[in-house]
Order: sequence, then structure tokens, then C-alpha cells
Amino acid sequence: MGGGVGTFLRNLNQERIVLVVTILIFIAAIVGLPGFFTAANLISIVRSIAVLGILALGMSVVIIGRGIDLSMVAIMAMSVAWYLQLLNDGMPDTMAFALVLGGVLAIGLINGFLVAYADVPAIFVTLASGSFVFGYVRSQLIPSDAVPVPDAHWVEILGGLRFLGVPIEVYLFLALSGAVFVFLRFTKWGRYVYYAGDNPIAARNMGVPVRPMLMLRYALSAVTAFVAGLLTAASLHSINTRVVNSTLLYDIVLVAVIGGIGLSGGKGGVRNVLIGAALIGIMLNAMTIIDISLLYQNLIKSTILLFAIIVDGLLNPRDEQTAQQGDI
Amino acid sequence: MTRSITNQIQTNRGKRYKMKLFKTLVTAAALTAATFTATLPAAAQDPGPTAYAEALKDKRVLLVPMAMGFDLAQGWAAILQREVDAFGGVFETRDPNWSVEAGAQAITEAIASDEKPDVLIVMSPDLNSYSKLMKKAQEAGIYVLLIDNPANFKADAYIGSDWTELGRLEAKAVIEGCGPDSSKQIGLVQGDQVNATSLFQYAGIMEVLEEHPDFKVVAKPDSNWDATTSRNVTTTMLQQHPDICGIIDFWDGDATGAAAAIRDAGKQDQVFLVTTGGGEKTADCDKIEDGTYGAVVMTELKQETYNMVTIIKYLLQSGQAPGTSSPYLYTLLKATTKDNLRPDSCWDLKALQADAGQ
Repeated sequence: MGGGVGTFLRNLNQERIVLVVTILIFIAAIVGLPGFFTAANLISIVRSIAVLGILALGMSVVIIGRGIDLSMVAIMAMSVAWYLQLLNDGMPDTMAFALVLGGVLAIGLINGFLVAYADVPAIFVTLASGSFVFGYVRSQLIPSDAVPVPDAHWVEILGGLRFLGVPIEVYLFLALSGAVFVFLRFTKWGRYVYYAGDNPIAARNMGVPVRPMLMLRYALSAVTAFVAGLLTAASLHSINTRVVNSTLLYDIVLVAVIGGIGLSGGKGGVRNVLIGAALIGIMLNAMTIIDISLLYQNLIKSTILLFAIIVDGLLNPRDEQTAQQGDI
Repeated sequence: MTRSITNQIQTNRGKRYKMKLFKTLVTAAALTAATFTATLPAAAQDPGPTAYAEALKDKRVLLVPMAMGFDLAQGWAAILQREVDAFGGVFETRDPNWSVEAGAQAITEAIASDEKPDVLIVMSPDLNSYSKLMKKAQEAGIYVLLIDNPANFKADAYIGSDWTELGRLEAKAVIEGCGPDSSKQIGLVQGDQVNATSLFQYAGIMEVLEEHPDFKVVAKPDSNWDATTSRNVTTTMLQQHPDICGIIDFWDGDATGAAAAIRDAGKQDQVFLVTTGGGEKTADCDKIEDGTYGAVVMTELKQETYNMVTIIKYLLQSGQAPGTSSPYLYTLLKATTKDNLRPDSCWDLKALQADAGQ
């Protein structure tokens, strides 16, 4: 029996700790909070983290490949703001959409190119390109922080779509999770992401196209950001570029990391994103129901993250390999 | 020439007895002086324009709002630009883009620069962050006007809303919107717990609700001024308290989120949404008209900006040292609903900017 507990403890990694914490909070909320365990509330939990979760999916693909994309929130807000502005200025929809999608892909590819071929650390490249995207679009292309969705446009209709009473973004989040899962787990290209993240030099030696793959990942995260932005605008009937200054970017990294995707790359998958998103979603929802003020919400959120990191550090000490290649 | 003389006569009212004499001389004077580019005797001139020009010309006015990207700041800037240009001054803005640090840097640089501004107009992000900097500016001989957001600082004038009164008006609007036969449950979507506008609004709302003890605040989450957060907390609020009859969201910049949550819950007819804003057409009036907002407590932007213009003109001519007096110039506030909405209830940012040639 003692051996069983020992094995359980030895096998405890961050993902499992967070899963256990999530389940504990979930049970506590069901018991302690009337109105928590209702279909409507559970749907709204998933919905509230759908956009965050989609962004975290894009981010996790980049992180698994040992990178990071700090330009995601800027791309998300500014691409959609630009798109809506073009529409408000009277440009035909297909043309505006093609133009913006082209821009989004270009930024993603440039991010990837600078990391892959110019050997600039990802953290600097994407930090700079995020600022550039925000600054350029905000100063040159849109006149104010908030851009409304034109009346009766498909983005507005998208926000009102429901299947069986469940908002469309919930399905989109699940569908994208499925797609990323299949990509990472069952395709050759998906496996390459892990090889490149785990040991880029070895991956290159065995013939994996490491650098083109890197560009692909950043393009992917940029497009994911665009989708997340469209969903945000669909729900709010406008996009406010102020979100770039918010803590959303850290929340994305938080969701990925708290679920157990190591910043050193090569580890984790969609399951980790889902666990991380579930923890954040349930926690925020429960704290809103209890009416805890935002200052305390941030304190509690960060305490749980610290707790998870510390326990992970104790249970899975840094090995020689991590010490050599280092974290981001 | 004839015209100048007429002006001269009109402006020297004390010398009216001389008018007859003047009139007889007019023809002769016109004839003789027509060949000269005559200058008028100084004593005969209105001293106003010269004094005005001397005090105001080339004076620098610097506006540092929390960001330049939202309706209020753009409205202020458009009118100030026009007015400062008109008196021959220099008008500039800085855009901290919601960053407290960037704003502090802009103020610091302004104080240290060779071409110091003569008037600094600051929209403070909270009660304390800029207090010391603004004091320094005054010590450097700069008049400091505090606008829209109060701060712990004796500015040369505070121009903006009385936020406690604003909260009272919101509470009254929501009580009226709910009606006497409703559930009398009210939800608040606050901004945050540091910004004076949020704290004072809350105080004003609670003050009115104390007089109406049958109305209850059932939840009061923060949006952190973010629309998505506002949507999420409002969704939860509506699920926890399905009978809510009214919600007050503390800013129209994020109330679109609360509105989305109400729309998603299919409760547009049940929940009366009250918010506050600068009265820009697309942000406020259009949304009152389509029923998104039940009532918006609006600031009269034009009046507010002209209050700034007036106090700038006054201070620059007063000769008083910065920090001498610190009056509060509150702008008139009004809760606008569908019933009292008029075509001129709002101002149009695009029209105003076109007017100012921006």
C-alpha cells in the first residue's frame, strides 16, 4: 500500500498536480456555491476561456517547438481592428479579409524567419514585432482604440450563433483542440515539432527541416490569434485594442505553463492546455460568484501558479539536460 | 480709413461729446489721410486685444490624457487645438496609451524641456501616481489643470465630472429603469479598486441606494475596464441572480461587454443597463437608440472643453503664480434615455475632427 502512495507521488508531475487542484476546486465549488453546477454556468465557464484557450493552443505549439510568441495578443487585436476598419471604410469583404489574412501570415512568417534564419531569440523577435504591429496599425490604419463591427456583418452574426444553446466559440475551441491534437500526435510534421523542441541540432542532423518548420509554427500561431480576435469581436460587436495592454498575454502563457507545457520545449500537448484552461476558467468563475475583487483574484491566481511551479520543482528537479540547454 | 475712424469713435465711448466735432472732421480727415497709411493714436485703442495677445501668444498648452485613442481625449484635443491656434498659441498632445509610466515620463520631459509648456492639462490615471510630478510642474512655473479624473493634488483647476454625483444619477436612472414592481435587484460592474472615478461612482450609487433600502446590490464584480471581462462577469452575475432588473457598468468603454452578456442571455427586455460616457454618438446615443443601453449619464464634452479654454485664458492673463487657487469646475451631468434623446444629445467625433482640420 505504501509502495502505491510512493509510486503515485513519484509520478506526480505538474500536469497531474494541476489536475488534482482543478478537481478539488471544482468539487469545492459544487458543494459550496449554489448555482455553480448548472448547465448554463458550466457552458459559460467554457465560453469564458474559449478565446484564451484558442490563443493558448497556438502558443503551446510554438512553446513545444522551443519558442515563444509574445506578439499574439497584438496580432489578435490589431488584425481584427484593421479588418473592421477596412469594412467600415467601404472595402469589399473578401478583399479586406484576404488583405488582413495576408498581413497576419506575413507577420507570422517574418517572426519565424527572424528566429530561424537570423538566429534572434524568439522572445525578442516577437516582443518587438508585437509592438510594431500594435504601433503601426494603431497609428496608421485605425483612428481610435475601439472599432465597431458593421451592422449585420457575418462577424456579428457569428457571435449570436448557438447550437443546442451553446455558443459557437465553444465548438470552435473544441474543434481547434481536436485539430491541434491530431496535428501534434498523428502527423509527421507534428512529431517534428517535438523533435525540434527537444533537441533542434539532433533533429536537424536526422534531416528534419527544422527552420522551415519553425516559420510554419509562427504563421500558425498568428492565424490562431486572428481567429481568436474574430471571436472576440463577434461576441462584443467591436474590438478594443486596449486589450494589448492587458494581462491577456501572461494569461496565455499561464494557461500553457500551468498545464505542464515546459518552457524548455519538447514537452506537453493539447491535454495540458485543456487542463490549464479548465483551472483558470473554474477559478475565475468561482471567484466571480463569491464576488472577490480583482486585486485578490490576481493574488490567488498567481499564488496557485507559484505553488504549482514550486511543487514541480521539488518533484522534478532540474536534470543535466535542462541545465545545459536552459529554459527560455 | 473712414472705417477705422468709425471704429475709433465707437470704442471711445467716454468721448462721445466729441462725436459731432469728429463728424465734421471726417470728410476732411478722409481726404487728407487717404494718401497715408495712418496709424491710430494708441490712447484711442481698445487695450483688450493687445493685452490678450501679449499674454497668450506663443504660449504652449500640453495635453496628457491617459490615452489619445478614445472619444473623450479626441474630443478635447479637437476643440483645444482650434482654440489654442486661434489665440496664436502652440497646442501639443502626448499619448501614453494607457500606460501610467509613459504618462509620467511625458510630464517629466515636459517639465525638463527647454520649451516648457505654460499650461499642462493632465488626466490622471489614479489618485496618487502623478501628484508629485504635478507639484513639480507647478514649482517650475507651469499651470496644471486636472481633467476628468480627480487626484490628490491642488491643481490650478479641476475640470470634469463630479463622480459621486455621477454615481447618484446612475443609481436614480437604474431605479427608474427597474420600476417599483421589479425584483429590485441591481448588479454593478465596477472598474477597479484604485481609480477615483470608480471609487467615487460606487460611493454615489450606494448613497442613493441607502435612501431606497428595498433596492439591493446583489453582485459588484470589477471589469478592470475590459469589455471581455465585463462580459464574463455579467454572464455569471445573470446566471447567479436571474431576476436582476438593472446593471450599472462604470464605463461605456467596457459596457459593450455587459451588453453582450445581456443579449446572450436574451434579457434585453428585463435588464436595464446604465453606464457613463463622454456622449460620443457611436459610443452612446446610437446605443441608447437601439436599446443596448437603457440610460447613459453623459458629460457635456463641449462645455467641459470650453471650461478648460476659459480657465487657460484666465490663468495666462492673471499673473498669479501656479498653485495660487484650485477651483473645481464640474461639468453638468445628465442621464440620457430613449425618452429624452435628441438629435443633438451627442457629439460626433468625425464631424468635430473634420471641423478642427485633423
